[in-house]
Amino acid sequence: MDLLYRIFLDPFVQMGTAPDLLVQALWEGLVAGVLYALIALGFVLIFKASGVFNFAQGIMVVFAALILVGLHQLGVPALIALALTIVAMLALAVAVERLMLRPLVNQPDIILFMATFGLTYFLVGFGELIFGGEPKTMIADQLYLPSGAIELKILGGFVSLQKIDIAAAVIALLMVVGLGVFFQTTRIGRALRAVADSHRAALSVGISLEQIWVVVWFAAGIVALATGIMWGARSNVSFALEIIALKALPVLILGGFTSIPGAIIGGVIIGVGEKLGEFYWGPLLGSGIESWLAYVIALVFLLFRPQGLFGERIIERV
Amino acid sequence: MLYREAGQYKTSYAADEAVFPIRQDRIGVAIILLAAFVVVPLTASSFVLSALLIPVLVFSLAAIGLNLLTGYTGLLSLGTGGFMGVGAYACYKLTTFLPGANIILLIFVSGLPAAAIGALFGLPSLRIKGFYLIVATLAAQFFLSWCFVRVPWLVNYNVSNAIEVPTRRMLGIAVTGPNATPTTRYLVVLSIVVVMTWVASNLVHGRIGRMWMAVRDMDIAAELIGIRLLPTKLLAFAVSSYYCGVAGAMMVFLWLGAAEADSFNITQSFIILFMVIIGGLGSLVGPYFGAILIWALPIALRAAPQVLGLSIPAATVEHLQFMIVGALIIFFLIVEPHGLARLWQIGKQKLRVWPFPY
Repeated sequence: MDLLYRIFLDPFVQMGTAPDLLVQALWEGLVAGVLYALIALGFVLIFKASGVFNFAQGIMVVFAALILVGLHQLGVPALIALALTIVAMLALAVAVERLMLRPLVNQPDIILFMATFGLTYFLVGFGELIFGGEPKTMIADQLYLPSGAIELKILGGFVSLQKIDIAAAVIALLMVVGLGVFFQTTRIGRALRAVADSHRAALSVGISLEQIWVVVWFAAGIVALATGIMWGARSNVSFALEIIALKALPVLILGGFTSIPGAIIGGVIIGVGEKLGEFYWGPLLGSGIESWLAYVIALVFLLFRPQGLFGERIIERV
Repeated sequence: MLYREAGQYKTSYAADEAVFPIRQDRIGVAIILLAAFVVVPLTASSFVLSALLIPVLVFSLAAIGLNLLTGYTGLLSLGTGGFMGVGAYACYKLTTFLPGANIILLIFVSGLPAAAIGALFGLPSLRIKGFYLIVATLAAQFFLSWCFVRVPWLVNYNVSNAIEVPTRRMLGIAVTGPNATPTTRYLVVLSIVVVMTWVASNLVHGRIGRMWMAVRDMDIAAELIGIRLLPTKLLAFAVSSYYCGVAGAMMVFLWLGAAEADSFNITQSFIILFMVIIGGLGSLVGPYFGAILIWALPIALRAAPQVLGLSIPAATVEHLQFMIVGALIIFFLIVEPHGLARLWQIGKQKLRVWPFPY
């Protein structure tokens, strides 16, 4: 009885009595969710166009951030370093297409998935070899990103919002809108959607698959760079993000594997759910439930709506 | 020249369906077993035994377990590390409750809780598959990892939050614990792995294995020919987790001697999935090849600069090792997506018709 009471009543009483804490938890969840969503966005881009489940997205984030910071440490001005990093992501996209995707074309999904895992290993080793394994500080100020916090006085308490988090949310939103416009109106965007629909049909109307793959991997690289800057500005740039990349999986389940807005909304739901769960129900189980709660949320969701919130209905079910 | 099957007539169905239909293969397997059981313990140094052979055998068993699920039944799983952990912790609790029991028996029994938990987390596989199933198994992996850290009962309220393996004797010889010699541990591991590989071989060549493969190839067709999907898939999860559990128990009791929750994290699951895929999905030799490659390659790479007389800093070697392993994974997938087991088969076929191309 006591247990039921603590599961179903106490957390809500807490929420009611200290609404400022609730708002703070919601905000923290939202911010974590934006990070998940950005990673999931990179996944979705690549999955849509090539059907590859790109495990390396997490490490691409780290890699992009490392190149940016590393170049700046060598004395390159911040904005030029940013441009050079974008060039590096393009080079990575071309290399991945030439050396990995092209020879593996038409292989089963699991093989391609494993190949991206090989890519992860490679990039981890490469990044550490060049830039060293120790965490680095992101050059947020030089990139004109805001810092500091806004203290809001609401609901009889204080809620502190980091400016960088607000910037992250805004940039995520801009990126989704930008990608949406790109997909809907440009020639390459239409080609991308055609490839996502059917590789063969796209080939037969003269769309070059190779070119499209380079474009998507490049777009995913840009998304990774933006994620890397945002995330690096909040904490340090290190290789710990690899595990967070796995958090993108439940986000994708929620949002659907092929939906860009789905990735964002799924990310926010997972982020908020995780934080609220940890904050209000975590103490019951001895804290740390953040590590698996996201997957359980996704699992429960899967049983009722396997195609995700916005996914296409054609998913393989048993 | 030596590898010819001419003159070996099969006169019965059983002979035709044998696991090793060619006499040379049987002789080869006998030689390998003899070498593994007699020559290796007599000649190998304790470093080779405990750093190379025991881990390779343990990982082979775990990879065989995962291969039964992923390669034979077509269900992807990233919960292997967690299931291995269940086996290890179960074995630890069993040795606490039954201090007098035979340790090898306990290792076998400790696979059972792993099987039960595996079957439980296998339930979603009835509705979903592919990458969606990965999420279900990831939930298992992270939940189990969390349990290993948060439930002090599992480690007998040990302050260090780690398993410390007690010494257990069999026929007066220490099998586990700090006093056990690497040779003894190697022989025990080898025996268990050989027996369980034999059982797995019988499983996949028999009715159960055929049911699994039918489900893998096309589940709707399998259902139509009268295979009940629910028990078949859950059985695959249970058997696979049993193998992983036994491997986990061996890993802690016969190889590491002590283990923390971190030994059973997501990286472990990935490494074993690698071994299965590099080795060859749907093959029983494959996991051995995969385990040898994935485990021995980093060791060889670490030793290589010293052998070649180069002085490269240890950190650089480690980074290079990551790069080389990653590149090799991609390379192997490009060269032979069906894994090393397929390469092995192709090699044997070439040898059979040598000197002719086909």
